[in-house]
Amino acid sequence: MAKVDLTVRILRFNPEVDKKPYWQEYQVSADETAQVLDVLHQIKWYQDGTLTLRRSCAHGVCGSDAMVINGSNRLACKTLVRDVAPKLTVEPIRGLPVIKDLVVDMEPFFASYRAVEPWFMNDERPPVRERLQSQEERARFDDTTKCILCAACTTSCPSFWANGRYIGPAAIVQAHRFIFDSRDQGQAERLQVLNDRFGVWACRTAFNCVEACPREINITKAIGEVKKALLFGEVDF
Amino acid sequence: MGRLIASLWKGVTYRGREGHYAFILHRAAGLGVLAFLILHVFDIFLVTFGEEVFNEFLQLYTHPIARIAEVGLIFGVVYHAFNGLRIIIIDFWPKTTVYERQMWRMVMLITLILTAIAGYFTLAPIFE
Repeated sequence: MAKVDLTVRILRFNPEVDKKPYWQEYQVSADETAQVLDVLHQIKWYQDGTLTLRRSCAHGVCGSDAMVINGSNRLACKTLVRDVAPKLTVEPIRGLPVIKDLVVDMEPFFASYRAVEPWFMNDERPPVRERLQSQEERARFDDTTKCILCAACTTSCPSFWANGRYIGPAAIVQAHRFIFDSRDQGQAERLQVLNDRFGVWACRTAFNCVEACPREINITKAIGEVKKALLFGEVDF
Repeated sequence: MGRLIASLWKGVTYRGREGHYAFILHRAAGLGVLAFLILHVFDIFLVTFGEEVFNEFLQLYTHPIARIAEVGLIFGVVYHAFNGLRIIIIDFWPKTTVYERQMWRMVMLITLILTAIAGYFTLAPIFE
């Protein structure tokens, strides 16, 4: 495997010592098929143990390591060295308070997630076996079931940067997953939460969320479907 | 104010794709057209001071710099109008989101062609 030499610039910030975030540069040699996460590990484990980042599964499933890589929101574990070499810049995702280095406070993001009540609602007595659904009905919301809550979409959104009260694309995707589920009965409640100037109407269709999503969810389409459901007063299954 | 600047900074330094730049240009064009509208309300208002004042002020618009700015205005109006249609299409027919890049390229093509035609007639008097 071919090795490449990388110049890595990382936006560092330690609130206990620093007044402002600053750029720090590292030289790393890595396999071209390695992940950006491997590069960060190499720095943390062999060059500078103070570098702080969040990651868990390292395989694009847990959604812990979303960061701004070469200017765009990406998962460090799903971005390969050969696609960023020879210069790599890494910053924390934008619009959320930085706790340290690449770790941000995700609480405002999760508060928006909880606001859409992301659980199955149906007060009818369940049938003896499962609640049946046709393949078409299941396919209707398939795209929005793929979200891993990494916050890459919400923190790439200009509306969210301008005002953190915007509920954000991720929360709308989660709401869409239930609103368009034929078995769910919580549509009215969820649509009411989203029918707000800081709900779906803050979306300006800039498509940054779609480009940033590591699961390739067509987020703007999902938001558009929720907007239409609110506008016409009915959910178009 | 600080928050506005921070938010603008995030916008211009983020590396997005067509949709991101379409959004920034749409905002900039909108603000540019608004700025002209304010100027336009002002120049129409000058008519209350008599014909002479009004005509003298309008002479400013024949200056080459004003004519170049006018081409910018044409670009802004045409872009804002056609990209606005693109946004309306996306909002009312969410399935079209998959073609947003192609639609934006169409918007740019139409805008550049119309600006070039109108720009020719606007700038030609400078060289007469």
